[in-house]
Amino acid sequence: MLVEIRNLRVQFPTATGLSDAVRDVSLTLGQEKLGIVGESGSGKSLTARSIMRLLPGNARISADRLAFDGIDLLRADEATLRKIRGGRAGLIMQDPKYSLNPVMTAGAQIAEAWRVHRGGSRKAAGQAALDLLTQVQIRDPERVARAYPHELSGGMGQRVMIAMMLAPDPELLIADEPTSALDATVQAEILRLIEDLVSRRGMGLILISHDLPLVSHFCDRVAVMYAGRIVEELAANELTRAKHPYTRGLLDCLPSLTHPQARLKVMQRDPSWLT
Amino acid sequence: MTASRVRQTLASVASVPLTLFGLILVTFLIGRAMPIDPVIAIAGDHAPPDVIARVRTELGLDKPLPVQFAIYMGQLLHGNLGNSVMTSHPVTEDIARFFPATLELATVAIIIAILIGVPLGVVAAWRQGSRFDHVVRVVSLAGQSVPVFVLGLVCLLVFYAKLGIAPGTGQIDVAYEGMVPPITGMLVLDAALEGDWDSFWNAGSHLVLPSLVLAYFSMAYITRMTRAFMIESLAGEYIVTARAKGLSATRILWRHAFGNIAVRLVTVLALAYAGLLEGAVITETVFSWPGIGLYLTGSLLNADMNAVLGATLVIGLVYLVLNLLADLAYRLLDPRVR
Amino acid sequence: MTALSTYLSRDWLLSETPSSRTHAAWVRRYRGWLQFRGNGLAMVGLITVIVMIVASLAAPLLAFQDPSAQDLAGRLAPPSAAHWFGTDELGRDIYARILYGGRVTLGMVVAVVLLVAPIGLAVGCIAGYFGGIVDRALMRLTDVFLAFPRLVLALAFVAALKPGITSAVIAIALTAWPPYARLARAETLTVRNTDYIAAVRMTGARSGRIILRHIVPLCVSSVIVRVTLDMSGIILTAAALGFLGMGAQPPLPEWGTMIASSRAYILEQWWVPTIPGIAIFIASLAFNLLGDGMRDVLDPRQR
Repeated sequence: MLVEIRNLRVQFPTATGLSDAVRDVSLTLGQEKLGIVGESGSGKSLTARSIMRLLPGNARISADRLAFDGIDLLRADEATLRKIRGGRAGLIMQDPKYSLNPVMTAGAQIAEAWRVHRGGSRKAAGQAALDLLTQVQIRDPERVARAYPHELSGGMGQRVMIAMMLAPDPELLIADEPTSALDATVQAEILRLIEDLVSRRGMGLILISHDLPLVSHFCDRVAVMYAGRIVEELAANELTRAKHPYTRGLLDCLPSLTHPQARLKVMQRDPSWLT
Repeated sequence: MTASRVRQTLASVASVPLTLFGLILVTFLIGRAMPIDPVIAIAGDHAPPDVIARVRTELGLDKPLPVQFAIYMGQLLHGNLGNSVMTSHPVTEDIARFFPATLELATVAIIIAILIGVPLGVVAAWRQGSRFDHVVRVVSLAGQSVPVFVLGLVCLLVFYAKLGIAPGTGQIDVAYEGMVPPITGMLVLDAALEGDWDSFWNAGSHLVLPSLVLAYFSMAYITRMTRAFMIESLAGEYIVTARAKGLSATRILWRHAFGNIAVRLVTVLALAYAGLLEGAVITETVFSWPGIGLYLTGSLLNADMNAVLGATLVIGLVYLVLNLLADLAYRLLDPRVR
Repeated sequence: MTALSTYLSRDWLLSETPSSRTHAAWVRRYRGWLQFRGNGLAMVGLITVIVMIVASLAAPLLAFQDPSAQDLAGRLAPPSAAHWFGTDELGRDIYARILYGGRVTLGMVVAVVLLVAPIGLAVGCIAGYFGGIVDRALMRLTDVFLAFPRLVLALAFVAALKPGITSAVIAIALTAWPPYARLARAETLTVRNTDYIAAVRMTGARSGRIILRHIVPLCVSSVIVRVTLDMSGIILTAAALGFLGMGAQPPLPEWGTMIASSRAYILEQWWVPTIPGIAIFIASLAFNLLGDGMRDVLDPRQR
């Protein structure tokens, strides 16, 4: 197993005591594509970031088991964690406008990721950066390598981000809403690129999204999160057989061209889902 | 560099003459509003009425205010700030003689302030909320609250009078005075250029206390700004990216977080340097440091208006230039489009 | 009576579901107060400021001696039971002079603030609201005043006016207003084009009314933070003017002036100039701590 999570709990201190953001989440992941779906604040990002131990400084994390390729992440020291971060697991975030360093060129940021995990000279790293840019289907890698993030379009920036995370050849890629900040036309291209790279390199993928149909189309398995819990986990092609009322509610409120409805259903939330 | 950036940069340069004009106008008006009649100052209290009238005409004081201002501007363009009553030299000459000492003091002070203040601010931000952060916060708030002249006097009391490890006031011991021919006007530098190492060490030891006092004054500001910028920068998404890349803490802190504030910090440092001019006025008075601050306060006590206005104008000009440099640094060095 | 106690209860003040606009405002204020109270340094600042204000108001009750009564036989005496902080070069009780000096310093601070805040607000709001040529002219004027170091410009003003407390207050005020104008302008620019200002304009309100009733109130909270942080700067500038002989004139017991006149005794009778120095430091630090804490509560963006 690449990733094992058993009873993960993430809490934040507030004025009125600890507040649970992730509650008793259990997941396993092999060389497959897992989608995590849920609304804002459902704990999907925190769950995924726990795997890289990239939570905000004030977060309290605990679990019966949290392991990456057999390594206990809760007991691992900083050096071990740093080898996993970037080296064996990459993270792609939502908006390249904020997630790329604005005062470093795209090339320098990719080369940095390469050198940290693979060593080698500056020159070799620069060459590797150009090669990676080509792999993410950028036509003019020299120009993009010299460009600062604000000079790149959203789609271009996200390609740079992907190239940066692929540099050390990781086994797991976490994509945290990688297309939410992009134009609809670019979204499909980026997703196709990720899918292509993941299957070609045989990586595991965790795709986080609030878009249920997109995730089920794209992944092997889907976990649905609500209020810090996984309420349902099922194979992507069995989505229509979902049992939990929250998943059903999500599916029912989607418009459909083949079965048009006069009025879309509105989700009725049940307080019992919280317990 | 984009066309709009060039235009903005030119606009900020072009606004300088206008501000400068305002600066001159303000000093001119202050000079005309003063209670001392310059005619009596020159002709004497008991001069006969026809002498007073003649001097008044010579000085152009019988003309309307705008004409007087035009004359004043004309003199300024020729580098003429009038004569000082106190030293009986032209004010421009006086300032040229006194200014290098201030430059020397302020430069040493800003270097000390940067070398201590920036790392303190960076580490305080990195360890936000820790004991270290609190200590830094108190130390820098104290630096902003302590009057420079009190700090100077107390330092003289402790390190000169009680402990005897620092020399007294002045730029150099009396025994060494006049030994080094002025080249740049900065005594320590001149002594080094001359190879006069005795004078060098003596002048250098005189520089320690005033520059430390002055450095504490601006270190407080530099530390607080660095800390605030760093806290903002460390909260950026690109820091999460840098951590996700598996970078070391040092590299995240300095290359990524600090790299993002470096340009803004240059602006702050230029402003801090300009702010030192203000601290220098008081520090020089306490330490009898023969710089422009001492010249200014000395002229004030003697109601030597030409000297006061000249020194004020020059300090204002230096301040303006440093502000402009800060602004240009920001526009030219930051790769982001504003 | 019972009604009042419900309003003052903790639950009412921490309610998640306020029942009215006033209620919501009080909940917000109480939460701010709780946050402020949690900041130990800020509380130290607040208490010191309060003690200082009370001590200067009650100076005649607290001081056992007349601050200007000379006793040349007992001059430069070290601290003792009769003279808690010793006596100065004319044998005057330093403790009494410090207390009365607090009145001078705080009085100058209040006077400066009363002059500066309205000027800054007016210039900034007018510049921001009207924009265009008005804005450019007023901001150029602000730039000119910002182009001098504050103390240097204040010195030149005082020299032109005539050394004394009134001149010092005017000079400090003249050099202190530009940052307020900038602040008020920035705040005005953010609200100028909002819908609710447009709505007021459509009801036919005149510019003066819009600025006074709808824009100025929005700028007040950031101006208050700025004022508190500025107080220490005003105290230091006033003291520096006094020290340079350009502010309050002897025999007035102003702290900076006291240091200037006893400076010569620093080596032998160190407490004579040092005690007023400590007073300046404490006053200035207290306002800095208070302002710092208030900024954290009122204006978290500026941290």
